[in-house]
Amino acid sequence: MNYLLLIYSNEAEMMALGEAGLKKMSDEYMEFTKSIVQAGQFKAGDRLKPASTASTVRVRNGKAAITDGPFAETREQLGGYYLIEAKNLDEATAIAARIPGARIGSIEVRPIWPLTG
Amino acid sequence: MSASAAGKIEEVFRREAGRVLATLIRLLGDFDLAEEAQQDAFAAAIEQWPTRGIPDNPRAWLISAGRNKAIDRIRREVFFREKIFDRELAAAQADMLAEIDESDEAIFGDDRLRLIFTCCHPALNDEAQIALTLREVCGLPTQAVARAFLVSEETMAQRLVRAKRKIRDAGIPYETPDAAVLDQRIDGVLAVVYGVFTEGYAATAGTQLIDVALCAEAIRLGRLLDTLLPGNTAVMGLLALMLLHDARSSSRVSDAGDVVLLDDQDRSQWDQSEISEGLALVDKSLTARGRVSPYAVQAAIAALHVGAGDKQATDWPQIVGLYEVLLRLHSTPVIELNHAVAVSMVDGAARALDLVNSLAARGRVTQYHLLHAARGRFLQQLGRIEEAREAYGTALKTAALEPERRFLAARIADI
Repeated sequence: MNYLLLIYSNEAEMMALGEAGLKKMSDEYMEFTKSIVQAGQFKAGDRLKPASTASTVRVRNGKAAITDGPFAETREQLGGYYLIEAKNLDEATAIAARIPGARIGSIEVRPIWPLTG
Repeated sequence: MSASAAGKIEEVFRREAGRVLATLIRLLGDFDLAEEAQQDAFAAAIEQWPTRGIPDNPRAWLISAGRNKAIDRIRREVFFREKIFDRELAAAQADMLAEIDESDEAIFGDDRLRLIFTCCHPALNDEAQIALTLREVCGLPTQAVARAFLVSEETMAQRLVRAKRKIRDAGIPYETPDAAVLDQRIDGVLAVVYGVFTEGYAATAGTQLIDVALCAEAIRLGRLLDTLLPGNTAVMGLLALMLLHDARSSSRVSDAGDVVLLDDQDRSQWDQSEISEGLALVDKSLTARGRVSPYAVQAAIAALHVGAGDKQATDWPQIVGLYEVLLRLHSTPVIELNHAVAVSMVDGAARALDLVNSLAARGRVTQYHLLHAARGRFLQQLGRIEEAREAYGTALKTAALEPERRFLAARIADI
């Protein structure tokens, strides 16, 4: 099955890690990504620019309204994602637990619902 | 069909239902399909067994009948072909061709363990774990599960459907976890079993203090786990704890349905066979290699209570010591409260009151009626009557179970 791993963390807390801390975390992400690529579990993944860069679009009565910021203000913000292939939820959550960001934020694990045609 | 033949078939169903369902879930890869298959198999048995006789291996007969019926269903109804994944269909067909040794107890044991781990998966919410375990592992009817949760049958049916849908859609595996995470996952399973037991032993609301059926189901699950995972210290500890509590259950409630405290219980009513089984398990759990289970320590405390010939002989200093071990292993507000009660028996009410006040000051359990009841008792022992009355009053306000409310009201009247 395919799962989307959504990486949430508090951006202010992330920044508080400082330059050395962020560099270390980025190295850990490189290492982690390499490991799941080698294991054949990686399908896609990226980090996202901060939530302050987000815009939200809604179409109502055929008119698109664009507003600043994410849909909801929350304590933790979406900061990146991986799309992975795993045998089942246990394997997916075990991979999620190895994401460096899991130690300071949280990872939401969602099964992909394939389009059937 | 004669009454005795019907009785014999009934008995086979009761004995085999759990194993048949667990194995059908593995073979078919789908809870709903397996439940339907199990019902179909039982229906076929009721039709055929009275004339042809009960087969030599009724379990194997029921499983293969269920599997064949399910595959008929899959073939017949496009609906199911969409519902279950192709790989599951393929797996079901492959298994049909494979020759399994249906008499191999280990396979069925493994299937039941898989089912328990799936129903108690941490990705399901706590309530769903307990409900699914009662429904799928214990085979309780949905109506009985609903009664345990004080919700309507319809509400419970919907919750069960949602939980099973999550198992399927999120890919919760039908597997016993790897050794690396087994201990952690066992803790979750045991929490579910203990949840079933405590709900039976001291229901949180309603008119009845003890739901005997739930206690019996929890003990049955405990025994099953002890058979499937022999030598596991936590499983033995929990089973011992439940047995030692259950042994006293008939003396915990008066004929009028009122609470009877440990001190006033009729010790001759205690179930001696459960006590000796429980005591042996405590010893085995505490002396076995491996981690010390908090359940085993709690069981050791229960053992000291039931082991004392009369209330004067209770070894309170050792009970205090065991609670202190427990607080280091696994501290919870309820354990802190019980520790304080034990301390009151050794060091007196003043020291115990300090402990309870400190617990209350941290604000974690202000809605817990037993905390206020304990405070009331300590204050009363210290002669602080007005404060005691007030504490009992708060306890009465937060208690939801009728017999406990009557007990507290009587305490207030006695002051």
